[in-house]
Amino acid sequence: MFLIECPWCGMRDETEFSCFGEAHIARPLETEKLSDEEWADYLFMRKNPKGAHREQWLHAAGCRRYFNAERDTVSYQISATYKIGEKPPGGSRK
Amino acid sequence: MSERFRTEQGGRVDREQEIQFTFNGKPYTGLAGDTLCSALLANGVHMIGRSWKYHRPRGVMSAGAEEPNAIFQIEKGNRTIPNARGTQVELYAGLDASSVNCWPSLDFDLLSINSKFSRMMPAGFYYKTFMWPKSMWMKYEHFIRKASGLGEAPRETDPDRYEHTHRHCDVLVVGGGVAGLTAALAAGRAGARVIIADEQSEPGGLTLASKAHIDGIDALQWIENAVAELQEMPEVTLLSRSTVFGYHDYNFLTINQRLSDHLPIAARSGGREKLWQVRARQVVLATGAAERPLTFANNDRPGILLASAVSTYTNRYAVKPGKRAVVYTNNDSAYQSALDLKAAGVEVVAVVDARTDSASELANTVRSTDIQVINGSVVVDTAGHKRLRSVQVMRLSADGSTVSGNVNSMACDLLAVSGGWSPVVHLNAQSGAKPVWDEEASMFRPGETQQAQVSAGAASGRLDLAGCLAEGADAGNQAAKACCFKASMKAPQAEKVDAEATLPLWNAPSPYTRGRGPKAFIDMQNDVGVADIELAVREGFQSVEHVKRYTAMGFGTDQGKLGNINGMGVLAQTMQQSIAATGTTTYRPNYTPISFGSFAGQNLGDRLFDPVRKTAMHAWHEENGAKFEDVGQWKRPWYYPQAGESLHDAVNRECLATRESVGILDASTLGKIEVRGPDAAKFLEMIYTNNWMKLEVGKARYGFMLGEDGMVMDDGVTIRIAEDHFFMHTTTGGAAGVLAWMERWLQTEWPEMEVFLTSVTDHWATAAVVGPKSRDVVAAVCEDIDFGASAFPFMASKTGKIGDVECRVNRISFSGELAYEVNIPANYGRFMWEKLMQAGEKFKITPYGTETMHVLRAEKGYVIVGQDTDGSVTVDDLGLGWALSKTKPDFIGKRSLSRPDTVRKDRKQLVGLLTEDPMTVIPEGAQLVNDPAAAIPLPMVGHVSSSYYSACCGHSIAMALVKGGHHRMGETVYAPLSSGRVIKATITEPVFYDKEGAKPDA
Amino acid sequence: MSKYSIFSLLRNAISYHENWASAWRSPEPKKEYDVLIVGGGGHGLATAYYLAKEHGITNVAVLEKGWIGGGNTGRNTTIVRSNYLWDESAHLYEKSMQLWEGLSQDLNYNVMFSQRGVYNLGHNLQDMRDIQRRVNANRLNGIDGQVVMPEEIKRAIPEINIDQGCRYPILGASFQPRGGVARHDAVAWGFARGADMRGVDIIQNCEVTAIKQKNGAVTGVETTRGTINAKKIGVVVAGHCSVLAEMAGFRMPIESHPLQALVSEPIKPVINTVIMSNAVHGYISQSDKGDLVIGAGIDSYNGYGQRGSFPTIEHTVAAIVEMFPIFKRVRMNRQWGGIVDTTPDACPIIGNTPINGLYFNCGWGTGGFKATPGSGWVFAHNVATGEPHELNRAFALDRFVSGFLIDEHGAAGVAH
Repeated sequence: MFLIECPWCGMRDETEFSCFGEAHIARPLETEKLSDEEWADYLFMRKNPKGAHREQWLHAAGCRRYFNAERDTVSYQISATYKIGEKPPGGSRK
Repeated sequence: MSERFRTEQGGRVDREQEIQFTFNGKPYTGLAGDTLCSALLANGVHMIGRSWKYHRPRGVMSAGAEEPNAIFQIEKGNRTIPNARGTQVELYAGLDASSVNCWPSLDFDLLSINSKFSRMMPAGFYYKTFMWPKSMWMKYEHFIRKASGLGEAPRETDPDRYEHTHRHCDVLVVGGGVAGLTAALAAGRAGARVIIADEQSEPGGLTLASKAHIDGIDALQWIENAVAELQEMPEVTLLSRSTVFGYHDYNFLTINQRLSDHLPIAARSGGREKLWQVRARQVVLATGAAERPLTFANNDRPGILLASAVSTYTNRYAVKPGKRAVVYTNNDSAYQSALDLKAAGVEVVAVVDARTDSASELANTVRSTDIQVINGSVVVDTAGHKRLRSVQVMRLSADGSTVSGNVNSMACDLLAVSGGWSPVVHLNAQSGAKPVWDEEASMFRPGETQQAQVSAGAASGRLDLAGCLAEGADAGNQAAKACCFKASMKAPQAEKVDAEATLPLWNAPSPYTRGRGPKAFIDMQNDVGVADIELAVREGFQSVEHVKRYTAMGFGTDQGKLGNINGMGVLAQTMQQSIAATGTTTYRPNYTPISFGSFAGQNLGDRLFDPVRKTAMHAWHEENGAKFEDVGQWKRPWYYPQAGESLHDAVNRECLATRESVGILDASTLGKIEVRGPDAAKFLEMIYTNNWMKLEVGKARYGFMLGEDGMVMDDGVTIRIAEDHFFMHTTTGGAAGVLAWMERWLQTEWPEMEVFLTSVTDHWATAAVVGPKSRDVVAAVCEDIDFGASAFPFMASKTGKIGDVECRVNRISFSGELAYEVNIPANYGRFMWEKLMQAGEKFKITPYGTETMHVLRAEKGYVIVGQDTDGSVTVDDLGLGWALSKTKPDFIGKRSLSRPDTVRKDRKQLVGLLTEDPMTVIPEGAQLVNDPAAAIPLPMVGHVSSSYYSACCGHSIAMALVKGGHHRMGETVYAPLSSGRVIKATITEPVFYDKEGAKPDA
Repeated sequence: MSKYSIFSLLRNAISYHENWASAWRSPEPKKEYDVLIVGGGGHGLATAYYLAKEHGITNVAVLEKGWIGGGNTGRNTTIVRSNYLWDESAHLYEKSMQLWEGLSQDLNYNVMFSQRGVYNLGHNLQDMRDIQRRVNANRLNGIDGQVVMPEEIKRAIPEINIDQGCRYPILGASFQPRGGVARHDAVAWGFARGADMRGVDIIQNCEVTAIKQKNGAVTGVETTRGTINAKKIGVVVAGHCSVLAEMAGFRMPIESHPLQALVSEPIKPVINTVIMSNAVHGYISQSDKGDLVIGAGIDSYNGYGQRGSFPTIEHTVAAIVEMFPIFKRVRMNRQWGGIVDTTPDACPIIGNTPINGLYFNCGWGTGGFKATPGSGWVFAHNVATGEPHELNRAFALDRFVSGFLIDEHGAAGVAH
């Protein structure tokens, strides 16, 4: 069971959080101008990497803030958590 | 003392306290401090069970968690325990133990015939047969199943309680042997918060059977002192009978503490087990090491025990496990067992040592007695059926590859075997490490882990007492330091014992042609022998995981603790590769089997997972005979049957009363979310499919929310309370999800929007007052509101008072009637409800539940999200395209609505159905077809989502999703039922009552 | 290769089992094959088997990075059923069911397919509506099924708790008599042996590290055992499909999640059927060895670690103990995890990809085991002909663009 550092509340048990999957998926601004393929890409396609993964968590049983975490999907170690709007540690990655 | 095999003195049993117990119905006595196995051995009972597959007689093999054979059914009736390891069952007065997996009795077991046919049953034989004729498999399987399994599950309700606790600590020490105790002392003295958990009835580990000295005093005395000191420390928790069985990510460990199983049944009180969920900053694994047996023909006879177990039985339990013993070893430690046996008064014939030479001090001590030491020899076979009678010994050739010379047969009833030691690396491996093979020491040592953890003592491969103490102290100091304590305890001292290397002997040479001799067992419980592993390899199962799965090696209740390393050795030898290259199977939780009750704890029955939520008027509903329905977490009144009424009678009455006069519904459970802030309207524009910017203050509007995939997700009425303040309703079950979802959009996508969301579902109690007389009722109760039809029009909202309490009244309708929803702070819910009931008395106001609500709304064709939609339905499919804004540039889900599949004309669309026979109600969930006579698979065109008898319409009504249904008005569809009956129905608009929609505007 | 039977067993017993042939060879990989199947789980091996058997394509290699059957095939709770709601799923799983019904004989390998029936429990009125809907659809699709009430469930499963006062009372169930369980390892081994017998090379310890392409078509793979060329590659790697897709240069609508399972100690027969509850995430049957085999719900985060979180196990055991209070004193022996490849509509993706000659079969989520023979059968067709079979046409990757999702969530959110 993970220990997750909520950027607002500090270290808490995994049971207080919900995971919402891949982070940094921006909603397209002019959705009507997208092709069906582009819309599907936003809607469904995911990186799902084996290794470092940036993902969204909600401190559901706490401050109810969403935040991002970078977590290894094999070792499950969380290398960083950061607030929405903050840049991920180590800069952008593809 | 009546036990024939007790030693004269010593041991940690209480000779004053005799304990009566039974085994297979026969009475025996033991002593306080005994385990079931030590007590049986004290009575000379060695054969205690039969093996799983061949039903061979089996005896106690070990003295701990690794025991494969001594598996018992403890007690009968509601406290029965299947598959208890007798080596870990503490003896108590009246204990009732029986053997498992033998019939009709242990002595005479019919299935021991399997042993005769064992050659027909090698590893995986069942994959190759039982296939013909095809129809017979279920019959074959029936008998296979009957023969499988060990103990019996209880058949009665468990009277015991299981508890959970959650803890944090600085240092968790696993194992209360001397290494663990030393580590706990070091960390405890430094001031750290320590939990030390030990699985046995008392701390001390294997040293409890030792005659060594620590810091110049008896080791047993030292242990007693250490325990006393730990118990004095306020920050230290010392747990006995507590097995750390799981090591999870982020130093989260689970401990099963057994609270009462060691007590006579009548003396038990409180919980049976407690599950500790511990988050530790540092973990010290002092889990010790386990001795390995040796592999040779017929190495499974009762009377063959691990050498260390022999020492434990003689020294700790004061039991002589035989009269005449042979010790067979490939390392030094078993020499101690020879001395222990001799001291206990057991005749020791010889120590057979596979090594050509053994010159350690210990070996020489043995040589100085009358015990013969036979070097360079191995045991090649044994004799005796239900008890060992003799062992056969042969000389090993110089290179160790063959045996030769005469067979030296030694009569004995006890063989103490030692094949070397394996650190107990289970928890280390569970924590993410890969055990590392140490060729020189012939053992897997703990591997590197990313977690804050260290292994100490025998668990890390230090087998000598002095080493255990040194590593324990070091580990305790380091762990405390890592938690920012000052720690500098010096290690307790013990005599250094030098030991010579172990000679690996996975599959010792034998006089038998390979694979043709008697079975040499690796996994005793599952009857896996050397030949099975060789067969697996021959057949292409060469990965250690394949061998495990093909042979079932390590799948028993001991999880291969005793045999797996030997199995890997045999596999490596067979494959002619190193053990390091062969690798281990994966160590997984649980370290030992743990009761399901312990995992489940207390939160069962009406506490399973979710709280039960009740509205402020719940007690009133109960008092008035309501039946309840679970909706989400809520208990909602379903209907209010009067004497003798069925569900349908009650619903018909409730419907008619409501439409003809007035009804009242507890609507408190609907989700309520306040949406506030300057950008609230703009936010709702994105969340809902329709327009919100121009909604007047004091007015309400119905809206749909879509998922980004365009499918209907939730719906409800939202009221504009002020320019920047909306009061949103969601479905009962959807409330929590909608809140989290809207928060997600606000926080992650549109953080620039100034909008604040507050869940207020529980703050308000809501009564829907419905029917032509509703205005009279609410007007009589709610003050300060002009209820005039034009002053308070449909879809408007006003505040007023009930008595001194502020209330909000919304004129909205989910029934198509004139209706008002009255909201009041939840604590006044019952007050409001009773006021309304009182005011409604002269109109025969009728309380109704969800079932009537469903009928009333279906009569109007109003959908219920989740019943008439299923995650694949759009707003257009529901025929409610008016709710989709044509002017907004965007809203959640909009783009999905123009995908090729979403614009298909033949999508399933919501329609009404009228049955040919007006009294026939089509069952909900019925599938619809165009041609019921067509062949199976019969093409289906839709299904019935809602269906009722409408007392108001005088006929049945149904809502259905039908392919292209919007263009099929007046056409016929059929509902073929499982009974064979086919119901014919006509497709209509889904509005059956007040089609003009005049009533709510009355 | 000798045929397995009671007679061959007898014959070999006389010769001390020294003459059994290897169930499959361990060949060195050739430089080139007609078809490469990446992934030696049940689905991949079944694909190879049916390629050889149904399409006569035998110059095939199955590339497995570890040992065959070592992924989800050997980690699942072995439930087999075909009572899916939507036509597309129902037809595919029913095809699979029909293959199961003759599989031991077809493979000459006893996969111990045991049709002891499957109950899917309903705990509230909406569950029961959904069950009615699904069973009605099943029957019209020619799939056996019935709706049973609590008393009937209790008669069939005397140990079950049908107390109506608890948090999740059992209001009824769907029952598919032809459903059941099978011996998971045997399925992989049986397909492997059958494929090998027909000339397929099964190559273990061979991890694919790159997918080679030229002009929009595949040409082969790089592996830890060298380059292997082929103009057709079928990728059947479950939880790792996104990793392989990335090698090929595209993304999948897939997330890989941990899914946990556990077994009890072996006990004498007490449950003679399969009981599933999606609402409380508890799935239970009893193996022929006597273990209670229990499946849990998936963990919410992405994970390739083959382990999940403790609270998920705690939750599932509570659900099981609620259903079967007598199991409190029975003990859990072992728990483990797999990596399940979940799709947005809880349905698999089987078919062509943006790259010519590259085919994917994935997204089976929590319910892939039951589909093993059917999945291999349709995928073999797809790989052999380059076109989907009628049974897998609807499961194409492009449904995520068109919106033609086959949403099984309602009927089988966690589908085991």
